[in-house]
Amino acid sequence: MATLELRNVNKSYGSGLPDTLKNIEIQIDSGEFLILVGPSGCGKSTLMNCIAGLEDISGGAILVDDADISGMSPKDRDIAMVFQSYALYPTMTVRGNIAFGLKMRKLAPAAIEEEVARVAKLLQIEHLLERKPGQLSGGQQQRVAMGRALARRPKIYLFDEPLSNLDAKLRVEMRTEIKLMHQRLKTTTVYVTHDQIEAMTLGDKVAVMKDGIIQQFGSPREIYNDPANLFVASFIGSPPMNFIPLRLQRRAGQLLAVLESAAGASGQARCELPLDALQGDLEGREVILGIRPEQILLAQADANGQSSIRAEVDVIEPTGPDTLVFVTLNQTKVCCRMAPDAAPRVGETLELQFDPAKVLLFDAQSGERLGVLGQAQSQVQATEPARKVAQLKGR
Amino acid sequence: MTSLSAKSPFSLSRLAIYATLLTACAVYLIPLIVMLLTSFKTPEDVLTGNLLSWPELFTGIGWSKAWDSVGGFFWNSVKITIPAVTISTLLGALNGYVLAMWRFRGSQLFFGLLLFGCFLPFQVVLLPASFTLGQLGLANTTSGLVLIHVVYGLAFTTLFFRNYYVSIPDALVRAARLDGAGFFTIFGRIMLPMSVPIIMVCLIWQFTQIWNDFLFGVVFASGDTQPITVALNNLVNTSTGAKEYNVDMAAAMIAGLPTLVVYILAGKYFLRGLTAGAVKG
Repeated sequence: MATLELRNVNKSYGSGLPDTLKNIEIQIDSGEFLILVGPSGCGKSTLMNCIAGLEDISGGAILVDDADISGMSPKDRDIAMVFQSYALYPTMTVRGNIAFGLKMRKLAPAAIEEEVARVAKLLQIEHLLERKPGQLSGGQQQRVAMGRALARRPKIYLFDEPLSNLDAKLRVEMRTEIKLMHQRLKTTTVYVTHDQIEAMTLGDKVAVMKDGIIQQFGSPREIYNDPANLFVASFIGSPPMNFIPLRLQRRAGQLLAVLESAAGASGQARCELPLDALQGDLEGREVILGIRPEQILLAQADANGQSSIRAEVDVIEPTGPDTLVFVTLNQTKVCCRMAPDAAPRVGETLELQFDPAKVLLFDAQSGERLGVLGQAQSQVQATEPARKVAQLKGR
Repeated sequence: MTSLSAKSPFSLSRLAIYATLLTACAVYLIPLIVMLLTSFKTPEDVLTGNLLSWPELFTGIGWSKAWDSVGGFFWNSVKITIPAVTISTLLGALNGYVLAMWRFRGSQLFFGLLLFGCFLPFQVVLLPASFTLGQLGLANTTSGLVLIHVVYGLAFTTLFFRNYYVSIPDALVRAARLDGAGFFTIFGRIMLPMSVPIIMVCLIWQFTQIWNDFLFGVVFASGDTQPITVALNNLVNTSTGAKEYNVDMAAAMIAGLPTLVVYILAGKYFLRGLTAGAVKG
């Protein structure tokens, strides 16, 4: 149980080379689960190695319980790590693997025995204790790797992409188990992944990284609903957010995002989304409109048509729980997520409805979010009851 | 395959295969057979019979005479080889561990220079080495020969271990560091137990090199400290008296046996170790 704070952490491998980590600022409370997520090469593993002490930082400070540990050697930091490759000692038994860290810390044999038994029970690997890592399946190796980390009761756990070597089914199982474990033990955890689903499901806090810079740091809900820029918006979410390039227009003092579809049989259709939330002079500005697939709804029968548009279905992809419906708006392929029962057929024309409050706008050049951060979320919350009322009325 | 061979156990192609294999075996075994047969013959028998003829009378006199003349030097070789092999293998393991796992600035260059040692012909270092041994007061001693063999073998053993350890994931060392293990603990508790195949390779390689060495032995040792290879040469190359081929053969067998034994005992690791890490999996 410890707080973790990264203060202006920098890392570079040499003066001529680009910085691997730039001004990393993260603070998490005791017992929180922090996710570092980003594409490969974004610096997330480096950051984790820096926290562990396996790599030195070039600037800044790493604080655990408000004490700077950045000068300490790894063994003095009281941090345990689960590696992507598990890194189990191949010549030792499972018992030896779990006990190794305890032996190095000169615990009494009886205490070691007790601790190994506790961890083995916790992870349900008691029957594997005398085996060598080579005789275990991938999932079992994963458990042993976790057991080795759990055994020392460290202040902080680090997980470096621990599930990426498992097959899809086992990955989902272990994900749940890690979450369960964290709920039970409440140890501060830092978890590196490139999988945005792991990031969303496990994290209390998520730091989305790219090119050594934290793009956004917040709760999974904030990251999902209120992304700070185009990168975060595109990285988090599956299927990814739709991005529709357009030019903002103004009519009667109202800023509008205009969507057009070239719906074959039914002719061209057009819809104008009023954008109340935006400040400043954005008329004529090239922007990218972002909307998540599940936020594009089939219009109610009594919709007034103000924020709805007709479009012809190009492709449908049934995934099981949902059916993804692809249409073309502003010459861009747009994905809508629908219930399988409501899914249309290819070639059918749909009336699609957008909630202007949920639409996000990004600057076409910089990719930065336009408008005030946090606004989208607050509006989502505000409009939620309103929509429910509308649905009830519709019935 | 099994059903196929069961159908026609004496097919022509199979006969051809066995004939080829037997011929190859014979080619390889005949020198050994000749040596063995000759070593058990009497000198007269050697001169009258042909190379492959069976001894008229099996006698161990050749072997006992051979042991009398080279036996003492056999132990010299043991005293040189065992420490030299052990030390060079251990140091090579340590070197390889550092070069593979604890890269320092310039470690690649260092490794490159070390590799140079593999390509240096023995003759090149004779004079400087003899000068150095003289300065150290180790001239004509067993320790001096051990030192020379250790230094000369380091390049090879380092190369073997370094290439073996490169294929071991860094994460193991990182995990051990987080577990609180230090440099030597990681080496002793984690790396060495994983190194059995490559240790075997080093043992075989170094043992063969050092046991069979003649040049260093003849240059840096004299009299009582000479290794068996030099003694064998002295025995075989005597120009006085009648040639006792049975003694020569027995002495050659005595000189060659330890290497043979090492190969048989550790040989199964040799190929496995040399190719370890070549293919991941």
